[in-house]
Amino acid sequence: MKKPSVILPFERPIYELEEKLNALEKKPTSAQVKESIRNMRVEITHMKKDVFSKLDPWEVVQVARHPDRPQLRDYIELVFDEFVELHGDKSFGDDRALMTGFARLGEHKVMLIGQHKGRNLQERNECFYGCAHPEGYKKALSKMRMAEKYGIPIVCLIDTPGAYPGVGAEERGQAYHIALNLREMSQLETPIVCTVIGEGGSGGALGIGIGNHVSVLEFAYYSVISPEGCAGILWKHVKHADRAARALKFTSQNLLKMGIVDEIIQEPLGAAHRNHRQMAAELRATLMDNLKKLKGFSKEELVNHRYEKFRNIGVFEEKFQEEESELSETIQDE
Amino acid sequence: MASTPQESWNGRKKRGVPEGLWIQCPTCNATVYKKTVDEALNTCPECNHHFYVPTQTRIKQLLDEGSFEEWFSELSPCDPLEFEDKKPYKERLIEEQKKTGLKEACVAGRGYMRGRPLILAITDSSFIMGSMGSVVGEKLTRAIEKATEMNLPVIIVSGSGGGARMHEGIISLMQMGKVSAALSRFHKAKGLFISVLTNPTMGGVAASFASLGDVTLAEPNALVGFAGPRVVSETIKEKLPDGFQTSEFLMEHGFVDRIVTRQKLRSEIAKIIDYCVFQ
Ligand SMILES: [Zn+2]
Repeated sequence: MKKPSVILPFERPIYELEEKLNALEKKPTSAQVKESIRNMRVEITHMKKDVFSKLDPWEVVQVARHPDRPQLRDYIELVFDEFVELHGDKSFGDDRALMTGFARLGEHKVMLIGQHKGRNLQERNECFYGCAHPEGYKKALSKMRMAEKYGIPIVCLIDTPGAYPGVGAEERGQAYHIALNLREMSQLETPIVCTVIGEGGSGGALGIGIGNHVSVLEFAYYSVISPEGCAGILWKHVKHADRAARALKFTSQNLLKMGIVDEIIQEPLGAAHRNHRQMAAELRATLMDNLKKLKGFSKEELVNHRYEKFRNIGVFEEKFQEEESELSETIQDE
Repeated sequence: MASTPQESWNGRKKRGVPEGLWIQCPTCNATVYKKTVDEALNTCPECNHHFYVPTQTRIKQLLDEGSFEEWFSELSPCDPLEFEDKKPYKERLIEEQKKTGLKEACVAGRGYMRGRPLILAITDSSFIMGSMGSVVGEKLTRAIEKATEMNLPVIIVSGSGGGARMHEGIISLMQMGKVSAALSRFHKAKGLFISVLTNPTMGGVAASFASLGDVTLAEPNALVGFAGPRVVSETIKEKLPDGFQTSEFLMEHGFVDRIVTRQKLRSEIAKIIDYCVFQ
């Protein structure tokens, strides 16, 4: 068993039990030891299921940000059969937080667009912890347009705390480039499949998130604002991030219920960081399944399907003057 | 989401200036007669500081008298998250409605500008910081869809310190996608969209429709950007450069076409419409 970089507080009892199991497995085998091992394995499984089914939204955020959680580069190795990275944004520079390139997924040739947070300090510094700059969004758009030109489906893997908030990013039009991606992605005449693999941080996530099919990993989250940012504004201190996390209703179950995502991809027992290979296999199967489904769509159907998907999101009342007293409620997205 | 210092009329009370008659200009510090400011289209007679303009006044300033027909006013907000910070979102909405006289942060409809028919939408920064939730997103989307159908130009005057409204969570974020998608159809249909940026236009509003104008105009010295200035300075751990995220900064970096004073806004919009639509 590889030593974890971090043990989250709620994971501690699981790891303690696993250590006991380890010790037991080193003992000379006897019928009694075998029996204990079996029982302990069952117990660990139950404990994992139990702990991870009861996570508080703030705990989900910790899982989504776990340093051992598989990231884009892990999935490039484990999900895709080939990756041909394309670095050029043809304007400013190569944004390492947002990678693009041709990729093969079984019989599907795709354009892979994804955010990478960095698995070690060097990568993290290179990638600004997954916070892309305007040139990243620009690179993504140019590669997506190329994909459209050759009828290649697009796969977007989203994992960012948000677009980078810096002087250079503002100077180079962070707002404009995200906005442009939203507008242009909605018109691309090729299938777009998006999955939030870790953090879906507001506009920075949505900037590569306009898909025909949008899914989310079980312990990923997708939010209008980071819990820390929300706590800072509403409760004037980041220490209330846990409250903000609960208030924002951004866990996978909430997202599915509200019609924001089409599907939740189940994570392995104990979450994705405990078993990269199994997580990758699940992701691969889901991506292939959805690419296959979208293959039958005409260009026009694809664009209309994507339009309607976002068009229908919104919760409001529609009260006409004459029926003002009646309080007729229109909930659009259910 | 971004938080920005909100400029408001309320400040005058604290400074002990008689209510309603005089206001102090935050730029030149002159105490000026409110009526004079109002007559100058809510600008400072001393230094031309552009004060906040309430929606109804903005409509009067831009359109031919009595020509505005409000649409979609039947839409009102819900509380899909049952959100509660210092007070429940539902209560906050009622308070904001009372305070502003608006049902929501966006008013949209058709009007005439010196005889030219157009669709006008305004986001009012005084209603929950002009943030975009479901109603703002839906009104803008319907307005743009109507404009596409009727082949009319769209003018959106943005004022939003709040960006996407956090009280409606992820649903607000998706409004950015929804409105931008409507604009993509409008764009494809060769519709003219003039975006007018006013103080402040931040976060998810800046990162969606407000940045997508065929022509982007900005009032002088408006705060416009993606991340709030406080967030940026905390990230870089340095003082921000002078004039950072102002209209002038945006024009210098190529993201604004023209800075237009309020006195000239109507004639400039009309001129652009004439170049693109009514030759
Ligand atoms: Zn002044």
